[in-house]
Order: sequence, then C-alpha cells, then structure tokens
Amino acid sequence: MNHVLKTIGLGQVMLAVMKREIALGLRQKGEVLTPLVFFMVIASLFPLGVGAEPRLLLRMAPGVLWVSALLAAMLSLQRMFATDHADGSLEQMALSPTPLGLLVLAKALAHFLLSGLPLVLMAPVLGLQFGLDSRALGILMLSLLLGTPTLSLIGSIGAALTLGVRGAGVLLSLLILPLYIPVLIFGAGAVEADAAGLGIGGHLSLLSALLVLSLFFSPMATAAALRISLE
Amino acid sequence: MNTTTTLTFSKLGCTRGGRQLFKNVDCTLTAGHWLYVAGANGVGKTSLLRMVCGLASIESGDILWNGIPIHKQPDSYRRDLCYLGHLNALQESMTVQENLSFTTALSGQAIDTAQLQDILARFGLRGRGGQLVRHLSQGQKRRVALSRLALSPARLWVLDEPYVAMDEAGVQMLAELIASHLQNNGLAVVTSHQRVPIGDFAAQLLELQAS
Repeated sequence: MNHVLKTIGLGQVMLAVMKREIALGLRQKGEVLTPLVFFMVIASLFPLGVGAEPRLLLRMAPGVLWVSALLAAMLSLQRMFATDHADGSLEQMALSPTPLGLLVLAKALAHFLLSGLPLVLMAPVLGLQFGLDSRALGILMLSLLLGTPTLSLIGSIGAALTLGVRGAGVLLSLLILPLYIPVLIFGAGAVEADAAGLGIGGHLSLLSALLVLSLFFSPMATAAALRISLE
Repeated sequence: MNTTTTLTFSKLGCTRGGRQLFKNVDCTLTAGHWLYVAGANGVGKTSLLRMVCGLASIESGDILWNGIPIHKQPDSYRRDLCYLGHLNALQESMTVQENLSFTTALSGQAIDTAQLQDILARFGLRGRGGQLVRHLSQGQKRRVALSRLALSPARLWVLDEPYVAMDEAGVQMLAELIASHLQNNGLAVVTSHQRVPIGDFAAQLLELQAS
C-alpha cells in the first residue's frame, strides 16, 4: 500500500530545483526574451543618442554595456519567487528538509543561466556597434561572465525582501542597484583598464571575490528574508 | 520506539494584528492519534497549523516534538513533517508528473515512472500524468496535492481543510489514507468544517474559542 521511494542527496535536490526553474523559464519564453531585447534596445539607443563619433563610442562602450546588462538582469528578478509564493510552492520549499539556503542558491543559479548567460553571449554582438575590437570583446564577456552570477545572487535577496509588497518593482531597484555598484565598477573597469594598457588581473580578481562572497552570504540572507515574508 | 512520538502544545498563544486569537492551549498528541482542530472562522485554526509547521513564529508558549521545542531542531523536525495548506503548491504550467517529481525531490526522494503511474491511478488520476495542471479541475488539483501525502515518509501530517473541493469518493479516499497513516503509528493534525470520521480512530478534539 505505502510507497517506498529512493532517497536522494542534497546535490540532486538542488539539481531538481534548477531543472524545474529552467523548464519553467523555457516554457514562458517571453519572460526570458524580454530582458534580452531590453538589453539590446538600451545598448543600441546610446550610439543613436550621442552620435556616431567612434572615439566617444569606444570610450563609453564598457560602461554602457555593463549598465544595460545590469538593468536587464534586474528586470526578471521580481519573478524569481513571485509565482512560487502565489501557488504555495515556496511554503513547501521552506518546509523541505533540504536547507532553504541551498534551494535558493539553486534558484539563483538557474536565474543566472536564464538571464545572465544569454546577456554574456549577446554582449559581443552589441559591442561591435561601439567598435570594440576582439580583445576588448573577450574581456567584456569574461567580466560579464564573472559579474552576472553575482547580480543574480545579490538580486535574490532583494526579490525575497520585496516579496508580496505592493510596487515591488521600484522598491527592488532602489534596494538592489546600490549593491550592484561594485560589480559595475570592476566589470566595466576591466575593459577600460585593458584599453588603457593596464593589467586586468586586479579587476577580475575582485569580481571573482565578489562572486565568492555573494555565493556564500546571499543564500543565507535570501532564506532569512523568505522566512520573514512567509509569516 | 514508535509509540514515544509526541506532539505537545504547551501554553500556546497567538495574536494577529493586535488581537488575541487564542491563549494557553495545552494538548498532547501521541503516535497513532489525530487531532481535530475545530472552531469558527477567524478563530486561528490556520494560524495554529502554521505555527505547528514552523512557518509562523510562536509568540507565547511552545510546541514540542518528542519533548524538544521544534525551533531547536528545525532540520530533523522538517523531515518528520508533511504540510498541506490552502494552496496546492502546484505550478500551473507544469505537468502533473513534473509537479509530483519536484515535490518528492523537495522532500529528498526520487520517484520512478512506475510509482508515479501507480500513485496517480490510486488517486483517480489515471493517464493524467502528462497533462498540464492548468487544465485540471479544482478537485483534481487537490487530489494531486494530496497524493504527496501518500509519497511522504513524514510521521506528522498537518492538513488545513484537506477536504475542500473534493467529491464524496475523494473525501472517503482521503479519510482512508489518513487512517492507514495512523495505523502505521503516524500523527495527524486536521482542521476542517466537514466532520469526517477517520476509520475507527477517535478524534482528539481541540476546540479553539474566540477570547
């Protein structure tokens, strides 16, 4: 009568969460594509707005691309926990024997795969508009690859804190954008430093350090915020 | 050893929005018994159940699982707990099968296809595994949510209005499911406006009253 199921480890539980997030994301294509199109439009508006002065564009490119990527990554944050909160899945996650922090980490990583990674892949195409050479494009991609997971991780804290709040979108940006500043400075800085003939090692190391820090601390903070939101 | 499993409320109290809902609730539930939490609307039944799950913080008094306060042993307590609330915890844009494998994964288990077919058939959902939850009726969704209970290894079931949206056969089936859980030395805390008998198991009644 009763079913005896196989028990699985923490890693497999996290994998199940990531698989579910990605499957859901791919099923709601609009939600994945909107930030990408947003990224493309914002980054393309600058050359139109400031004029086609090649040196000026080249100088602006890293900053503009990074700011656009940051705004695009933020667009999809709000939904990170919203549907799970609405249908009760979040309660079940909070009651799972698997620590909520690990489930949250899996969700943040899935968010990176769905929203950060496509930005990394699209950045060189947009960089061409600004006349970046292949070396600069490579560094831009590398800095985005190290930076966007941090954006998802820090963003998850904001998404958890603003869960169920009216006007959550604006509040979320106000909470999270200041925290994104270090990532922006070192991310855009890496491309600029290389253009100026300086080493990029320092910038990339700091980006990695930010990633490691947020990998460690943000799941705990997010889990705590979620438990408060659920009360 | 099984018979030593206990759930104890000790001088439990709850306030919501500055209003005292209940206070000094004392009660002990032992393995193989079920607690029927009764009371009018707004008297704090759901609040009590959420406190039992650890979803809501306990303001006064304590809830003990095997003699230890639940907030001192969150991990082992959660392994022993299965909660079914007002919400079904089903993603509308995923299939029944995907939803079930996800919820079992959350409880640290894997389910294979044969077990899945079996459980769906048992809950009157034969052949619905591949259907999106969005296309199910309210009662069918509830059945999918309830099938979690049959898959859960938890000792303590906390059920908030489990009979809502169920047809007569469904209510009967759920009562039998709870009865077999109690038979295996499980515990259950149930709120409901329908007084459904659970096999031969007499309910331990906890009547909440507006203070």
